[in-house]
Amino acid sequence: MIRHLLSGADLDAATATEILDTAAEMATVAGREVKKLPALRGRTVVNLFYEDSTRTRISFEAAAKRLSADVINFSAKGSSVAKGESLKDTALTLQAMGADAVVVRHPASGAPHRLANWVDGSVVNAGDGTHEHPTQALLDAYTMRSRLGRLDGLHVAIVGDVLHSRVARSNVLLLSTLGAKVTLVGPPTLIPVDISPALAPGTDVSYDLDAVLPGVDVVMMLRVQRERMNDSYFPSAREYARRYGLDGPRMRRLPGHAIVMHPGPMNRGMEITPEVADSPRSTIVEQVANGVSVRMAVLYLLLGGNNR
Amino acid sequence: MAYPPAAHSSPPRQPSVKVILAAADVTRVVDRIAHQILEKTQGAADTVLLGIPTRGVPLARRLAARISTFEDVTVPVGVLDITLYRDDLRRHATRAVGPTELPPGGIDGRRVILVDDVLFSGRTVRAALDALSDVGRPASVQLAVLVDRGHRQLPIRADYVGKNIPTALAESVKVTLAETDGADEVRLHGGAA
Repeated sequence: MIRHLLSGADLDAATATEILDTAAEMATVAGREVKKLPALRGRTVVNLFYEDSTRTRISFEAAAKRLSADVINFSAKGSSVAKGESLKDTALTLQAMGADAVVVRHPASGAPHRLANWVDGSVVNAGDGTHEHPTQALLDAYTMRSRLGRLDGLHVAIVGDVLHSRVARSNVLLLSTLGAKVTLVGPPTLIPVDISPALAPGTDVSYDLDAVLPGVDVVMMLRVQRERMNDSYFPSAREYARRYGLDGPRMRRLPGHAIVMHPGPMNRGMEITPEVADSPRSTIVEQVANGVSVRMAVLYLLLGGNNR
Repeated sequence: MAYPPAAHSSPPRQPSVKVILAAADVTRVVDRIAHQILEKTQGAADTVLLGIPTRGVPLARRLAARISTFEDVTVPVGVLDITLYRDDLRRHATRAVGPTELPPGGIDGRRVILVDDVLFSGRTVRAALDALSDVGRPASVQLAVLVDRGHRQLPIRADYVGKNIPTALAESVKVTLAETDGADEVRLHGGAA
C-alpha cells in the first residue's frame, strides 16, 4: 500500500480498485445503528486547511471519526499562519504533536508534496491549488461504478473550467488508469494546451458540448472558478452558460442511462441549471455521501496497518 | 570454522503432516454439530448462523443445510467480517476488508451462533463479539468450531466442538474445505514427528 495520497497518478489500477472495494464495505457502516469502527483507535488525523472548504473538510472529519481516530481541525484563519508562520514550521508543529496523518488543502499547487517530506505521517492531498484532488476523483469513480456498474469502457465528459480544476486533473489520471475514456469539453481558453497525450493517453478535447453529449455515459460539470481567474477567459457569464452550461434540453440529448455529476459547490444557473441539478440523473448528493465512505477507505488503507 | 557434528545427530527433521480428519470425517463432524445445535436450541428456533471469514462462512452454510435436512427448518446464515476489530491490525500490513452480510431479519433479539474453523487463542472470537455488538443486539451468542486446538489466551470457550485436537504451540492446524480449497481435510503440521 502507498504511504501518501498526493496525486491520482499515485494509484495503479489494483490499488484504486482496492480503495473502491473497501469504500463499498465502509458504506455499509452508514446504515448501521452504531456508525463507528474501531480500526483507527488512538491514531491522530490533522485536517490542515489553508483554503475554505465545506464538504471536503467535513467529509474527512466524519470519515476519521467513524474510524475512531482523533481529529484535530486546523484552519489557516485564526491560527499562527495569520501571524506569518510558514508551512514548514506548521508541519514541524504537527509532527511534534504526533499526527499520524495530515489531510492538507492549500492554495499552492504542490504544497502537499513538500509537506510529505517534512512529516513522518501519511499526507493526504485534499486539494492543492489548480493541481490535484485525488480523493474527489476516487469518490467520483466510486459514484460512477455504483450507478453504472463498471468503469472500464465508460465515456466520461468533463465539462467547463478544466484549466483551473484540480478535480478534472485527478479525474483524468484516475479514470484513464481504470480504463474509462475522458473527453474534456470547454472554451479553448479554459482547456490547458498541454493536456492531451502526455498526461493520459486516450484523452480527447472538444469545444462543442452538444456534439459530445449523445455519446457519453457520464457528464461531469465543473465549477467556474471565478476566484482563480485573474483574466477574462470568456466574454460573459451568459454566453458561457449558453454554450457550456447544462440545462434541461441539453440533458435530454444524453443517452437514457447517463448520469450528471458535479463536485460542488455549484453555481446554479451558470454551469448547471436547477432543473438538471435536482433531476434523478444528478448524483450530486450521492457524491457527498460516497465521499465519506471513500475517505474512510483511504484513511484505513493508509493508517490501518503497519505500513511504515 | 565449521561446527563439529553433534555426537548422535538425529536424522534431518522432516516437516511432519498428519491428517486428523479426512473428507468423510469432516462430513460426519458437521452432521453431529448440526444435531447438537438442534438439540441445544430446541429445534433451532430464532437462531442465526454467522460465519467468520474465510472458512467459517462455508461451514455455517453447511450447518444450515444439514439442519434443514434433519428438521425441515430454515436457519438464516450471514457473514461477519472481523478485520476492523482485530487486536493485531497494527502489527501487519493493512488487511483487506471483507463484506459483512446479515440475514434479512437481522440479529436483534435472536440467538446468534458464530461459526469458525479453528478455535485457538480466542482472539478472533473476541473480535467477532465486538463486531457483533456494533451490528445489533442478539439475545444470546454461542460459538461453533470445527476444531478446538487449545492454547487459549482469553476466557473463551466453544459451545459446539467438532473435534478437540491436543497440539503443541509450534504445530499448526490447517483446515481445507471444498468450497474454498477444493477438498475437505484437517491436517496437523510441524512439531515433533
